[in-house]
Amino acid sequence: MTENKPQTLKNLAARLLRALGAAVEQIMRAVFLLCGLVAIGFVLVISVYLIISGIPAIREIGLADFLLGTNWDPANKTAPAYGILPMILTSVYGTAGAIVIGVPLGFLMAVFLSKVAPRRAAAVIREVVDLLAGIPSVVYGLVGMMVLVPGIRELFGLPAGDSLLAAVIVLAVMILPSIISVSETALNAVPREYEEASLALGATELETYFRVSAPAAKSGIAAAVVLGVGRAIGEAMAILMVAGNVANMPSLLTSVKFLTTAIAGEMGYAGDLHRQALFSIGLVLFLFIMLINAALNLFLKRNKEGN
Amino acid sequence: MKRTLSLVLTAVMCVGLLAGCGGSTESAAPESTAPESTAPESVAPESSAPEAVSGIVNTNGSTSMNDVMLALKEGFGEVAPDVTVNYTGSGSGAGIEGVLAGSCDLGLSSRALSDDEKSQGAVENIIALDGVAVVINPENTVTDLTLEQIAQVFTGEITNWSELGGADAPIAVFGRENGSGTRSAFEEIVGVEDACAYTNEYSSTGDVIGNVASNPNAIGYASLSAVDDTVSALMVNGVAPSEDTVKDGSYAIQRPFVVVTVEGAELSDAAKAFLDYAMSAEVADIIAAAGAVSANA
Repeated sequence: MTENKPQTLKNLAARLLRALGAAVEQIMRAVFLLCGLVAIGFVLVISVYLIISGIPAIREIGLADFLLGTNWDPANKTAPAYGILPMILTSVYGTAGAIVIGVPLGFLMAVFLSKVAPRRAAAVIREVVDLLAGIPSVVYGLVGMMVLVPGIRELFGLPAGDSLLAAVIVLAVMILPSIISVSETALNAVPREYEEASLALGATELETYFRVSAPAAKSGIAAAVVLGVGRAIGEAMAILMVAGNVANMPSLLTSVKFLTTAIAGEMGYAGDLHRQALFSIGLVLFLFIMLINAALNLFLKRNKEGN
Repeated sequence: MKRTLSLVLTAVMCVGLLAGCGGSTESAAPESTAPESTAPESVAPESSAPEAVSGIVNTNGSTSMNDVMLALKEGFGEVAPDVTVNYTGSGSGAGIEGVLAGSCDLGLSSRALSDDEKSQGAVENIIALDGVAVVINPENTVTDLTLEQIAQVFTGEITNWSELGGADAPIAVFGRENGSGTRSAFEEIVGVEDACAYTNEYSSTGDVIGNVASNPNAIGYASLSAVDDTVSALMVNGVAPSEDTVKDGSYAIQRPFVVVTVEGAELSDAAKAFLDYAMSAEVADIIAAAGAVSANA
């Protein structure tokens, strides 16, 4: 009987400790869950806010007039116009142009880094590419404004060089780093046996890279493209400085206004319906980027399944 | 950690929102009682002791006067710390209407009052003048344009500098973004409202100056106080823009900053003190720092 007492005490203590441990476990789990929910919360709050503040202007202007109108003149005192088609087309063309220039360049660079370059040179170049990724977008804009814009003006004999072309070039340089690093990772993941088999069958190295390695890394490269599209369509600061910011229908050598630069440039002084229309532009841009993200996820998923 | 941070941020934002909403109603309520309570202690407001004045002054109107009003508010806070000056930027028209309807103490207008408005009892108190300079690249040989020529350039009727006596080069017309106060002032005074064919639009005065400075084909406009020697300011109708020519009215592209009061309506002591302060010669530096030319120095 007397021996039993300490035994029960010990048992009690152990049980208490275990219970305490379990409680801490539960609490921590709840904390982790809450942290996870915060991210979802942010996305939800932003989406709901954008939808709530973006809908009224679209309703007032009319969806068709808003999306398909070709005239953007919100501060006009007699007949304000709120058509954003020029900006939608500019954003699409600008992004497409950046992809057309940036993707081939980035892909070839990735092939070089992954397959051709000597290891030491590749290491140096990789560092430089990382550095390129770290340059703030406003610096890209600044260099574009000081070098590219006067250059384009001189070259084409224009009154001013701010144009879609300048924006496309700046965007192409800006998306290079992500395209290079994502495609290089994809190329590195191609099993060596594929390439060795190709070489053993008598294919040259070039043939091997383009006919075997690249197709094998196809979905990774596609992911790089989608990533580049996402970065290009969301960029505002750099192109605000080189695009000229007049809402013309886009053509390569005229001043243009992107969806992003409309918001960034006009929010400061906008009032009433103009301000609300800027929120609506934000909503349109948000939907664009959601679509691109969905596409990116699709590619990444397929990539995983493929491997 | 993240969550607490977000909670704190959210709380701060909510408080900010509520404060923003409360501001106008809160200030409107004591406004009616303030004059009665302060009246006995300051019988003659224009006499030596403005510190004795307390109360709230609600001003409403021109968004272009934002900088000047903020500067005056700050300066007045040092002279009369017990007076709260509220400024709402809702546009000149709304400001004039507001003071006529009695919904604010002082209306703010960045244009001269119309005869119609004057006949309704609105009184013009010009506190400052805002000059807009037309700037070109220093390499450009053009020095003098008429208001009409400027209008033709900005509407796209004249597209080459040779038509204006300059080199054979296309004109790049630079302006400010939609909604900018400088843009509306310039377009209004030159008479090219909503008719401008801009080559480029920039969202700040500095951008306009910088781009005009780097482009030999460029013409742009900027608030007079922002013009530096990287660009040259054109003479308009033969008059070079300067503080003096703006003040004596000979430089054409200018507009007044007006504080509007109502004839016959008595101002509260606080409002009167603020108006006297804004009209006094001592605020010339404050107004100049805010980018305009004092009308009373």
